[in-house]
Amino acid sequence: MQKMKLVVVGNGMAGMRAVEELLKIAPDLYRITVFGAEPHPNYNRILLSPVLAGEQTADDIVLNSREWYDANGITLHAGARVTKIDRVRRLVIAENGVEAEYDRLLLATGSNPVMLPIPGNDLDGVIGFRDIADVEAMVAAAARHRHAVVIGGGLLGLEAANGLKLRGMDVVVVHRHAWLMERQLDRVAGCMLQQSLEDRGLKFLLEKDTGQLLGEEGRVRAVRFRDGQEIPADLVVMAVGIRPNYRLAEEAGIHCNRGIVVNDTLQTFDPRIYAVGECVVHRGVSYGLVAPLFEQARVCATHLANFGIGRYAGSVTSTKLKVTGIDLFSAGDFMGGEHADEIVLHDRQGSVYKKLVLEGDRLVGACLYGDTADAAWYFQMLKDGRDVRDIRDHLMFGQNHLGDAGHKGQTQAAAMGDSAEVCGCNGVCKGAIVKAIKEKGLFTLDGVRRHTKASASCGSCTGLVEQILASCIGGAYQPADSKDKPMCGCTDHSHGEVRQAIRDRHYLDIPTVMRELRWRTPNGCASCRPALNYYLISTWPHEAVDDPQSRFINERAHANIQKDGSYSVVPRMMGGLTTPAELRAIADAAEKYKVPTVKVTGGQRIDLLGVKKEDLPKMWADLAQAGILSGHAYGKSLRTVKTCVGAEHCRFGTQLSMAMGVKLEQMLLGMWSPHKVKLAVSGCPRNCAEAGIKDVGVIGLESGYELYVAGNGGIKTEVAQFLCKVASDEEVLEYAGAFLQLYREEGYYLERTVHYVHRVGLDYVKARVVEDAAGRRELHERLLYALQGYRDPWLECVQEPKLRREFEILSI
Amino acid sequence: MSEWKKLAALEEIPRLGSRVVESAGGDIAVFRTAEDQVYALHDRCPHKGGPLSQGIVHGGRVTCPLHGWNIELASGEAVAPDLGRTPCVEVKLENGVIYLRV
Repeated sequence: MQKMKLVVVGNGMAGMRAVEELLKIAPDLYRITVFGAEPHPNYNRILLSPVLAGEQTADDIVLNSREWYDANGITLHAGARVTKIDRVRRLVIAENGVEAEYDRLLLATGSNPVMLPIPGNDLDGVIGFRDIADVEAMVAAAARHRHAVVIGGGLLGLEAANGLKLRGMDVVVVHRHAWLMERQLDRVAGCMLQQSLEDRGLKFLLEKDTGQLLGEEGRVRAVRFRDGQEIPADLVVMAVGIRPNYRLAEEAGIHCNRGIVVNDTLQTFDPRIYAVGECVVHRGVSYGLVAPLFEQARVCATHLANFGIGRYAGSVTSTKLKVTGIDLFSAGDFMGGEHADEIVLHDRQGSVYKKLVLEGDRLVGACLYGDTADAAWYFQMLKDGRDVRDIRDHLMFGQNHLGDAGHKGQTQAAAMGDSAEVCGCNGVCKGAIVKAIKEKGLFTLDGVRRHTKASASCGSCTGLVEQILASCIGGAYQPADSKDKPMCGCTDHSHGEVRQAIRDRHYLDIPTVMRELRWRTPNGCASCRPALNYYLISTWPHEAVDDPQSRFINERAHANIQKDGSYSVVPRMMGGLTTPAELRAIADAAEKYKVPTVKVTGGQRIDLLGVKKEDLPKMWADLAQAGILSGHAYGKSLRTVKTCVGAEHCRFGTQLSMAMGVKLEQMLLGMWSPHKVKLAVSGCPRNCAEAGIKDVGVIGLESGYELYVAGNGGIKTEVAQFLCKVASDEEVLEYAGAFLQLYREEGYYLERTVHYVHRVGLDYVKARVVEDAAGRRELHERLLYALQGYRDPWLECVQEPKLRREFEILSI
Repeated sequence: MSEWKKLAALEEIPRLGSRVVESAGGDIAVFRTAEDQVYALHDRCPHKGGPLSQGIVHGGRVTCPLHGWNIELASGEAVAPDLGRTPCVEVKLENGVIYLRV
């Protein structure tokens, strides 16, 4: 079949991102031709500021080399400005006479800097700040001239000013408004920014209107303001804004309204023509930041690929300034007003300012100066519209509290040296991450994870990696929206959508889910398959097909894989209780199968480490003789119920904590969950069982029990939150069971209870589990129903020969 | 001299699964895809030697259970951006019986 012809006008970031996305999903659909007005291959326009500042070179910021175009069979006409679109003959014509026919046309013509309509704006030495040519002009001017004037105290203007200053020029920034970056900062933050830039030697003239530019022999020599003041200028950079570049489209008769008007599929009024990037107007808005353009590119690519999925619904944007050493962040409605509440922290001495703007119980804006460690966290909440009532009292103090393990509690990436270790799991230092971001042109957390492995294991350094990304690429970095984030590369559906579909449409097996929800891969991947399997069996217990091949090896082999490929065996000891007979059986098995390491676990049981896989069924058979069950130490499932000695023996004990623990463990036997689940029961508030860091913690009192939920002692220590007080053992079982069932039904795969409760809010959990008595009983009953007919997986393997195949080695 | 040796019936390996074969040159992992194609690789991930036989099989790839590297079953190559290769073993399927060339 003859390939269709796709012509792309604009060789910038938005257009090429759309092409990259298209090649990913439909590599053979089109013969692609790209026209670019600049003589360069596609480069990272965001990094022009570091190039100007001398921190990077023009070659460093190339995103797609000419070899990339060749390798993908793309015809590139660089330095060929397109001057005409003939929609009747479906033809684009460039200035240099080159023509190209199209079946589909993608316009990505970007924007132009606004040049103030004042006398002298056409003099030599008067430029915008938009492309490599502008940067080259600035660098050349810095070598020969002294006085630079930057008109415009916004993001771009300040970056230009900073770069020119570093190049040795005397720089004056002229701004019409009363403070800098008024579109992103409030007055306090704007003044703080001005102060620190003044400390670096920049000068500012605020509330000044430029009247005209004065020249001498064709070159600019001074700027005169409307109030008559005049200052010397050998170089004038206009950075007062950008204007979508839509002339080409308008001349071709495509509907424009201060930009090329597109719908949610990025289609223009001519159905063969799409448009992305700064040149478009979508729902009345044009975007000048790269993150929204990338979202547009992704959606547009799916439509160019004829998939017909995905809609672009607009973006919430945030801003970071790329001036080394200055940390500022703003997003949303950062000014606040009568309808909004503000939480403000201002430390003048320490140069820290944080303002959070709330409407009701939702965060609607943030403006941070000096400390932006929690920017990503705030931005996420803002985009998700999360109810923050339950964390409002400590919202200002950010996400980092005690116990972030793995990188010495470091929370400020900026303060770290290049050799400082960021990811403790994979031994990745900051320098390696920065290098990968720059050299590979990475924009996303996912990209950094794939290329460096940083933050790809336990994830505790994710915040740091996000900060490093943000400081390298500035506003281009936008944290993903957790609510709508696709499950994995196999689908565009989020965890929430997939769970919902499985429930609403009563799907019972993985192939059906993948077929009906149009998975892109034939049988998923190692991240979506285990998630789907869990969603199916937790939503439709006793009905859905449990697919062992979609479970991680530990759950398939009922044991924990170790780094050398051997396994560990952890027998269940309910409530941490055992007997001499059980210990004898464990000791015998350990000797018989030559177990090299025997260890007591944190969950009060015994771990036999270093068992060969083929020995597992034999060992289980021996243990089963003594009535020993699987401890599920390997699963996304109930792990342990840790107990203290309690009122049985302890002189302080108020409740029978061991017996309570055993009851809980018996009830929850065989429970699969989104992630592992650990419980603890303490017999008095001294809390020797450490119930404060468990998914469900029970603390005995004279008058009953206190229940705590969503604690975590792992990567990040999270103290469990008080749920309610109950009077009897039966109530402990019902409330704890209901909470866990709610988590089982609504949690996303690999989301611990703490993250689940962060997401939905403790108030919601209380409403479902504490306040709604009938709902609680139903939840509890659904849990009991799901766990009915539990069969121990070790015993099953012993009894059914065909299940042992997994463990048997073939020989030839 | 290597020669074709009969291993087992196809049904002995679960779809989207694998089995381990002991050999003088170390363990071999034999995989079966959803479409009943059969592949064999040395049972060692090029990253840190993880047993690929224990991984999740999807499409024409397996994900190592230790650190999640993806390995192409047909070539033994690690999927980019990871770099590395696991040696392949020749394998064929005839009348529902798997043969290895060892």
